[in-house]
Amino acid sequence: MQKQEVAIAVRNLVKYFDGRKVLDNINLDIYKGETFVIMGGSGCGKSTLLRHMIGALTPDSGSVFIGDKGLTSATEDEKEKIKRKFGMCFQSSALLDFMNVEDNVSLPLREHTKLDPEIISIIVKMKLNLVGLQGYGQLMPSMLSGGMKKRVGLARAIAMDPEVVFYDEPTAGLDPIVCAVVDQLILDLNKKLLLTSVVVTHNMESVFRIAGRVAMLYKGKVLQIGTPEEIKNSQNDIVQQFIHGRLEGPINFDDQEQDVQHSG
Amino acid sequence: MLNIFEKIGIRVQGWIHITTEFLNLLFETLYWIFLGPFKDKPIKRPTVFEQMVFMGASSIVIVFFVTLFTGVVLAMQSAYQLSKMGAVMYVASLVSVSVCRELGPVLTALVLAGRIGAAITAELGSMKVNEQIEALDVMAINPVRFLVVPKLLALFFMLPCLTVIGDLSGIIGGYIIGVFNLKINAALYVQTTFKYLTLKDIYTGLSKSFVFAIIIVMVGCYQGLRTKGGAVGVGKATTVSVVTSFILIIVADCVITGFYYFSNL
Repeated sequence: MQKQEVAIAVRNLVKYFDGRKVLDNINLDIYKGETFVIMGGSGCGKSTLLRHMIGALTPDSGSVFIGDKGLTSATEDEKEKIKRKFGMCFQSSALLDFMNVEDNVSLPLREHTKLDPEIISIIVKMKLNLVGLQGYGQLMPSMLSGGMKKRVGLARAIAMDPEVVFYDEPTAGLDPIVCAVVDQLILDLNKKLLLTSVVVTHNMESVFRIAGRVAMLYKGKVLQIGTPEEIKNSQNDIVQQFIHGRLEGPINFDDQEQDVQHSG
Repeated sequence: MLNIFEKIGIRVQGWIHITTEFLNLLFETLYWIFLGPFKDKPIKRPTVFEQMVFMGASSIVIVFFVTLFTGVVLAMQSAYQLSKMGAVMYVASLVSVSVCRELGPVLTALVLAGRIGAAITAELGSMKVNEQIEALDVMAINPVRFLVVPKLLALFFMLPCLTVIGDLSGIIGGYIIGVFNLKINAALYVQTTFKYLTLKDIYTGLSKSFVFAIIIVMVGCYQGLRTKGGAVGVGKATTVSVVTSFILIIVADCVITGFYYFSNL
């Protein structure tokens, strides 16, 4: 089998929050051009893992590599250069409220390039076109629906022609049809722009629609990595309970509630 | 007993932590103002001008009214006392000197701390809780350079301008009482106003407003950028920001006045 090029490598990552181990020795390889999904229940550490990959959090030990460059040990200038290679689509879209759609999408271009405003305007139109929002440039974020905001956030994430795009819960809070639209968009962009996508989600339909490979996180550890088929056919009870959303199984929320009540 | 010391220790540690963070933010802002432009990170002038309009031009009316009525009250109160000594005509100079040295700069700063300081904290606080600050960071856009620098520059230039407007409207307030109520001749009132007003009175007042501008913006931005916990967090941060600004403005006023008083500058 041909050896694939690694886009992002996570090595022995450990993170504590207030003495609680949130990430426990995480090791991952994400290959160039694939759509890699990180799934897991609320509070399992998947968003924390993503925040380490984008350099927003520093691990207590271990490291993250983007390409061959170590993000953890990089200086501020190096970090800035690495960050320009990736885009991020936030759960809340995180569009700047005081700017219209066009200004939001063009912001990274205006800040990091010396391109002519007219050229920037053309690029922005192309990016908005890619996410199906041509003609919406002059609207303010407050005038958009949740799905449209997500798509503007996506247009902004790909504004600088990144190599990697991170998605934090891209379909959270959207209706099933808009979910499917956003999922399709992620797949299309991956093909058209030859991106590497890292998606954090707990929406199982999304996972099986878009994933090339899936990592299941549980209590800060990687439980299993595999193709969607391998995950579906997993022998692990925790994985099975999670993907089918069963109440009974090794993940027991009643126990946790009782623990809290007893300790209180 | 140990418990009390522990609590005091924790409190002191907290204060040291906050002060260090605040000073870090201040130094980072100064870095982006003075050294950033040499590292190909220029200051965005249009954003500074936008902020100047929001902070300065839009605050003129409120500053005018607050200081005008303070001038009126000051003239009435001093006339009440001075009339006992037959020195009513000195109302003019008393109003002008106290407004230019003290009331103009401090009241303008307090009004702006309420209006602008709160707005800055609420804006940055809601940006923080909605992941917008993190989004800037991921786009390799430094939030301090992008958000804090234009605000600091704008208020640094606008607060002294507003203070001059405040000084003038305070003097006008005194004039209204002096001329229309105390029946002092208008020309004489104006003459007395400026007779005892020295250049030092004006520049000591204006020098304070530069410091107040830094306090208002930096406290506002600091509280905004460290906001946690959704809408409740934004509300709390805004309250803390205004209260802290008020206290720091009064303390700084005392320190600067003391400096001029004891150093005989």
